[in-house]
Amino acid sequence: MIDREQVLHVARLARLELTDEEVARMAGELSDVLGHIERIDQLDLEGVAPTTHVVDVPNALRADEPAPSLPREVVLERAPAVEADGFSVPSPQA
Amino acid sequence: MKYEPVIGLEIHVQLGTRTKMFCGCELTFGEPPNTRTCPVCLGLPGALPVVNARAIHFGLMTGMAMGSELAPRSVFHRKNYFYPDLPKGYQISQYDEPLCLGGRLGDVRIHRVHLEEDAAKLVHVGASGRIHSSSSSVVDFNRGGTPLAEIVTEPDLRSGEQAREWLTLLRTTLRQLGVSDVNMEEGSLRCDANISVRPEGTTELGTKTELKNMNSFRFLERGIRAEVARQIELLESGGEVVQETLHYDPRSERITSMRSKEEAHDYRYFPEPDLVPVRIEQAMLDEARGAMPELPADRAARLEREHGLSEASAKQLAFRAELGDFFEAALGSDGDVPAQPLAHWVTGELVARIGDSDPGDSRVEPVALAALVGMVERKEVNQGGARQALDCLVADGGEPRAIVEAQGLGAIGGEDELSGVIDAALAANADAAAKIQGGNEKPMGAILGYVMRETKGRADGGEVTRLVREKLGV
Repeated sequence: MIDREQVLHVARLARLELTDEEVARMAGELSDVLGHIERIDQLDLEGVAPTTHVVDVPNALRADEPAPSLPREVVLERAPAVEADGFSVPSPQA
Repeated sequence: MKYEPVIGLEIHVQLGTRTKMFCGCELTFGEPPNTRTCPVCLGLPGALPVVNARAIHFGLMTGMAMGSELAPRSVFHRKNYFYPDLPKGYQISQYDEPLCLGGRLGDVRIHRVHLEEDAAKLVHVGASGRIHSSSSSVVDFNRGGTPLAEIVTEPDLRSGEQAREWLTLLRTTLRQLGVSDVNMEEGSLRCDANISVRPEGTTELGTKTELKNMNSFRFLERGIRAEVARQIELLESGGEVVQETLHYDPRSERITSMRSKEEAHDYRYFPEPDLVPVRIEQAMLDEARGAMPELPADRAARLEREHGLSEASAKQLAFRAELGDFFEAALGSDGDVPAQPLAHWVTGELVARIGDSDPGDSRVEPVALAALVGMVERKEVNQGGARQALDCLVADGGEPRAIVEAQGLGAIGGEDELSGVIDAALAANADAAAKIQGGNEKPMGAILGYVMRETKGRADGGEVTRLVREKLGV
């Protein structure tokens, strides 16, 4: 069971602000998800590798060949604030 | 109580590919900010990463160089955290299925090697330009997405000095492999140290701290030394080491805590759904093996075997490849020069004069050093005279025989030349002569000193001693 504290912890890691009502709803929904996982856990899965991908694609690799980059003015167009040809952000340590 | 430091390193190496880890943006140093970006490395919605095959190739070569176990299957994970230099809110890294496991380099065991992407560069702007006092930062995404190999060692190091020496070996190895330009000052080689101390003779590990920001070999050594001293002082005064991330400021040599409230790392790793697992096929292994050059450890063994060098000399030459190259060039230029004395001159006298710089960039030609060492061996010039000649070679280049002749540095070795001055020395030091005659060789130094003064240091010391004994009949 996921309790209120665990929801708040995960919300903080994800930088989400939740109302009390949302916290309660999330606690219920996340508990349901975990409950489902627990049911799978009861199956005999000896020798079954974890499924990280549902399609079995062989190596999808790329040759080390340069492709064009975006022009800077396009890149910075949607930046909330621009300074010194870069994205201006609040200092993370301030 | 005596304490023993226990140190492990985490090294990040920027791989020298042409393009980024997961997109085709070109990697060139010193481009204007934000001119090497695309939807993938900016983390724009819907963009899909594709693994750079050459980064895998370099990773495999690195693993091979350390005798790691190369995983037949390797998976990328998302490491989730928020920081402005990480546009997606996660770093694509590897977790429980890294590319290489285990291995050893020199005296240090390797825990693992995995691939990941570098973060963007944050430039802090503020009154003093220092992190703690700046109010805003500017993000340059050119570096974001550069392929990194993270190399993690086992805690096998015992001092800052040893850590520095080992990192030099790692740098030489990676440079020989050609997988990175491994430049600490430019940030293509970055090193963090996990440090703890424990009472000598015990095996349980103490609480460790992680020391960051050591951007040169010297600072790595000093930083570790300072942190070890801090921990021991703390324990001896009855305190406890707290697990935390620390920052070493090389200018003040002070160690400060990077976060006042250390958050437990909770990265919520999960397999990157946008990337399929990498399967290491035989062709990839063959290609990596085919690209392997001679590595420092192999070179050291070969120098010992082929040229009869001592283990210490062979390592000194091989672990600084530029010294080995100079040595081998000198040896090849002159078939007569003996290898071991030549090695001593390269690692001793030459390094004393040129420091950490590449002798290949100096004014001393390999053939000139070989010629000088040959003259010493043939007693045409003594050690002191040869050192002076080397000073000239380092300063102006040139040919040693000409320098020795022009400056009158040649050895005076023949009995004819030395006999007179030795007679004078014995006459001036009658007491010493008597003692030597009585079987006490200690005053030989006084005689030798006199002769050296009179010959301006050009006499052959061994020859003088022999002649003194002969004249005194002992």
